[in-house]
Amino acid sequence: MSERPIRVLVAKPGLDGHDRGAKVIARALRDAGMEVIYTGLRQTPEQIVAAAIQEDVDVVAMSILSGAHNHLFPKVVNLLREQGAEDVLVVGGGVIPEDDIPFLKEAGISEIFTPGTPTSVAIDYIREHVKRK
Amino acid sequence: MFDNEKLEKISDAKKEWENSTLSKTISRFPERKEKFTTGSGLEVKRLYTPEDIKDLDYNEDLGYPGQYPFTRGVQPTMYRGRLWTMRQYAGFATAEESNKRYKYLLEQGQTGLSVAFDLPTQIGYDSDHPLSEGEVGKVGVAVDSLKDMEILFDGIPLDKVSTSMTINAPAAVLLAMYIAVAEKQGVSKDKLRGTIQNDILKEYIARGTYIFPPQPSMRLITDIFEYCSKNVPNWNTISISGYHIREAGSTAVQEVAFTIANGIAYVEAAIKAGLDVDSFAPRLSFFFNAHNDLLEEVAKFRAARKLWARIMKERFNAKNKKSMIMKFHTQTAGSTLTAQQPDNNIIRVTIQTLAAVLGGTQSLHTNSRDEALALPTEDSVRIALRTQQIVAHESGVTETIDPLAGSYYIESLTKRIEEEAYEYIKKIDELGGSPKAIEKGFIQKEIQDSAYRYQMEVETGKRIVVGVNKYQIEEEGHKDILKVDPSVGELQKEKLRKLRAERDNEKVKETLEALRKAARTNENTMPYILDAVKAYATLGEICGVLREEFGEYQPSIIL
Repeated sequence: MSERPIRVLVAKPGLDGHDRGAKVIARALRDAGMEVIYTGLRQTPEQIVAAAIQEDVDVVAMSILSGAHNHLFPKVVNLLREQGAEDVLVVGGGVIPEDDIPFLKEAGISEIFTPGTPTSVAIDYIREHVKRK
Repeated sequence: MFDNEKLEKISDAKKEWENSTLSKTISRFPERKEKFTTGSGLEVKRLYTPEDIKDLDYNEDLGYPGQYPFTRGVQPTMYRGRLWTMRQYAGFATAEESNKRYKYLLEQGQTGLSVAFDLPTQIGYDSDHPLSEGEVGKVGVAVDSLKDMEILFDGIPLDKVSTSMTINAPAAVLLAMYIAVAEKQGVSKDKLRGTIQNDILKEYIARGTYIFPPQPSMRLITDIFEYCSKNVPNWNTISISGYHIREAGSTAVQEVAFTIANGIAYVEAAIKAGLDVDSFAPRLSFFFNAHNDLLEEVAKFRAARKLWARIMKERFNAKNKKSMIMKFHTQTAGSTLTAQQPDNNIIRVTIQTLAAVLGGTQSLHTNSRDEALALPTEDSVRIALRTQQIVAHESGVTETIDPLAGSYYIESLTKRIEEEAYEYIKKIDELGGSPKAIEKGFIQKEIQDSAYRYQMEVETGKRIVVGVNKYQIEEEGHKDILKVDPSVGELQKEKLRKLRAERDNEKVKETLEALRKAARTNENTMPYILDAVKAYATLGEICGVLREEFGEYQPSIIL
């Protein structure tokens, strides 16, 4: 039986336009055999969740460098729950101070990848933790 | 540079060296790698000799400082006359807080200001816009109206400092606010010195803070060129930026090529709008990145200067020497800083500072050690500024002009970067110029390929990043980092409520309608923006009118 590939939505919430990391991770996930959809810049949490549901993804991977993560990441998790899509794995990355990580995990972001993380670490994490197979 | 007889002797001696001395060593001690490359991936030879620069024509290719083609520098005496402007990019939270940081930096010996605006300001939203939530005051200062700008420059004499503002899509509005603050301080427009970034093409390519589609964006830019050439003669009306192109992952060669291709597009747009090249070209300035590969970076700056001079003279028939001069600001490379062992970043920044100075920069921002973690603290900003001061006053590299010139390697690499960048420019010309090449995704794709290649080189260990993939240590969490108080958003909203209650709203409406009319015609928009700003129309209101008239840019997604 052939397994369906893991589907990932790579998203840039907020106004931050630095998407080098998002694009590099998108390409690395794709090279690792996943199906990747990239939202482009300046997405609201509502737009991200709508795209996640429409595209029926298993994972939402968000990237923020502007410091707005504490505000925007939890919003996405909450909206996914409201839409009954709590089985979607949510991970985040970017310039995120260590102090903020416990709060973000509590809010339902499964893992936070900070600068210097090899793409292979994110790939392995997603493979191991994806909830819908 | 050398006569053939001498070259032959050098060549014979080299062969002799290879066969005797070198081969013995190599057979016993092989070299560390089979192939050595620069940070950009250009192959580096074991040794450079006069043979590698045998075609170099000193007068044609290098000349003298302050003379065409300016390879050796744009001023005749360079740092012997005056050091570069030390200009730390700063701004966060409210205008009040940022004003304090500017005064601190000026007390510490900084010689110019550089304003960082928050993302809502850069995208033309007021702090109370729904999309501003969570972003107010985060990566820069929030400026909603002339009121904030008055506070930002309170007690800072605008006829004495020069100010650089990192603002692009709404550059005309922030420049108008600056002019209005100066007027209130009694400083006339012709005394104002500084730069607005105002480079929209690189926003579409690399930085993402665009508002309008390319055509009206280019029109706003040429409006500024025209207005300033008549009214604010000492203002640098654009800073054509390779910095963000490099941060997005380009190589040094691509940084030079894409920046100059964008420069060509601005010159063409202005000429098309009816301006004479020599009326605006002297006020064009550039902004580059400085990475760790010291010698490649030095060669990059020299190649860029020469290439621009050639293009302005030969392609655009500029007559004024100043039109051919590439003046540039440099910032050390944020993307090279690591969250791991952040103190190592001080050393990276020192090397990058040397690259910028040996490359002949006119002004410099040095990044702080903690920038891979958050906005810099006051302590780390001071160390970053001290890095510049130590290079300026203690290293000795400022005592003579262009000290690395004549190095076989530097000259050969300068030529190589010039040639490779020129190939890219030709390719972009074939695609119909930079805006077309961006539309087709060509430039973005080239940069993404380089960024991905870089990442994979780090992950496979082909490229060493100290503290990240080699020499790691166990580290504790970094506690001493700057955090912006989340109440800043509320503070700004309150200020806006008060402003809207107290100002003459009829006047605001009138000035905005006048701006709308100008936007619909070919009239220069700058005087109308200035009127609206002075009536305390907000940034969001002014950009709102322009959004309605011009539309918003919808990027195509290229992966």
